[in-house]
Amino acid sequence: MKIPEDIKYTNDHEYYKLDGNVGIVGITDYAQSELGDIIFIDITAEIGAEVKQGESLGSIEAVKTVSEVLSPVSGKILEINTAINDNSSVVNEDPYGEGWILKIEPSNMDEVKNLLDSKAYAELTGA
Amino acid sequence: MIISEKMKKTGFNNVHNQLGAKLVEFAGYEMPIQYEGIIAEHKAVRESVGVFDVSHMGEVEIHGKDAFAFVQKLTTNDVSKLSKGKIQYSSMCYENGGMVDDLLVYHCGDYFMLVINASNKEKDLEWMKKNVFGDVTINDISDETSLLAIQGKNSLKTLQKLTETDLSKIEYYNFEFGKIAGEDVIISHTGYTGEKICFEIYMKWEEKMNEKIWNAIFEAGNEFNIRPIGLGARDTLRLEYAFRLYGNDMDENANPLEAGLGWITKIDSDDFIGKEAILKVKNDGLKRKLVGFIIDGKMVARHGQEVFVNDKKVGFVASGSPSPMLGKNIGLAYVDTGFNALGSVIEIDVRGKKIKAEIVKTPFLG
Repeated sequence: MKIPEDIKYTNDHEYYKLDGNVGIVGITDYAQSELGDIIFIDITAEIGAEVKQGESLGSIEAVKTVSEVLSPVSGKILEINTAINDNSSVVNEDPYGEGWILKIEPSNMDEVKNLLDSKAYAELTGA
Repeated sequence: MIISEKMKKTGFNNVHNQLGAKLVEFAGYEMPIQYEGIIAEHKAVRESVGVFDVSHMGEVEIHGKDAFAFVQKLTTNDVSKLSKGKIQYSSMCYENGGMVDDLLVYHCGDYFMLVINASNKEKDLEWMKKNVFGDVTINDISDETSLLAIQGKNSLKTLQKLTETDLSKIEYYNFEFGKIAGEDVIISHTGYTGEKICFEIYMKWEEKMNEKIWNAIFEAGNEFNIRPIGLGARDTLRLEYAFRLYGNDMDENANPLEAGLGWITKIDSDDFIGKEAILKVKNDGLKRKLVGFIIDGKMVARHGQEVFVNDKKVGFVASGSPSPMLGKNIGLAYVDTGFNALGSVIEIDVRGKKIKAEIVKTPFLG
């Protein structure tokens, strides 16, 4: 199970990779493995919208089940990865790379600080 | 994954662990839900051959002078049509016509073997014991029986290397007692995938011997790129052929006619438990029927979601999943009479969004 050290995690298995003012949101390697084959990413949040931490950004449809994507932080949606619309399996194959889901500019750095680090997330998932 | 220690393990549990299967609890057993991934496994079965551990299924032998009369009374299909070596798909119903379970009936000569759903085992056995009469012995051999399903166009070529029995002579829904890799087994030409070339192999629950058979099958199937298949793909495979799943597509509130199983209901022949209620349903007309649908779009319908026509609730989704072969999202739904004609458009409430779907002929494949 890949848990990169330089990024932050939520209890709901999203990750948040902050670089300057822009943070990338996706689901973790553990999450994609638990979901199994992903067939459709339905992002309902819109570019420019302000979202709150824990708010639903949309859902991920796998063969057997469906799961919500919850916003790891409060902030503004900057970009949505449309490349995964027709190639959702890339979220299974490369969740931290090409399988990223959207980008959020954080509005509260305390929230970012309080996210889980890789060690805490490894404990959470029993890795 | 927290696996409780009380969970039963099949004779292939070591194999699943070695293969890195994702294991889940199902009907009290630790079962593989997937190995490499549901879609890849699904396609392996459709394109060549796959092997499923389905040892969680229940097997019950019915012995005694009155075995035939009892099975004829207990099950909805006509057991008099069976002879030794033949298999019949059937169901058991309550007096009110609701379904206890669906099952396979094997005619073994002087006794019958009933193959029942894992999650219904206790309930089914209770029902059998409650209704037993005459000279009949009910022998639950589930815990001493292992079962592998080998499914797909190369299943025959794979298994033929391991047996003297001429597999091409065993017709669909027939079986023979024989040997695989030198071990005593029942070779059954049956399956739950829709593949026409398909076998199920019953054997004694014995870890060493079970592993020997598994390994022999994988060696024999190596040239066909044989794959292990989990319960996840078992579900998507069966749904493409609209094979019913008890608990999803039928339950104690559904009768066989509305479940589309009139063809296994002998209403013109001998009595069986539930016959009067089912006759009444037939005479009064069905209130609802299980139909197939294809969704317009990428959303997947799931069990329990409500079905609407012009904002009026007319039913619910029984089963739903993507079809890896069609590349569309398919399902089965109970839809009220008057709204369930082929070609009709229904709306399914998928997590608050109304999704359009068309009622279509089943099976979806084939």
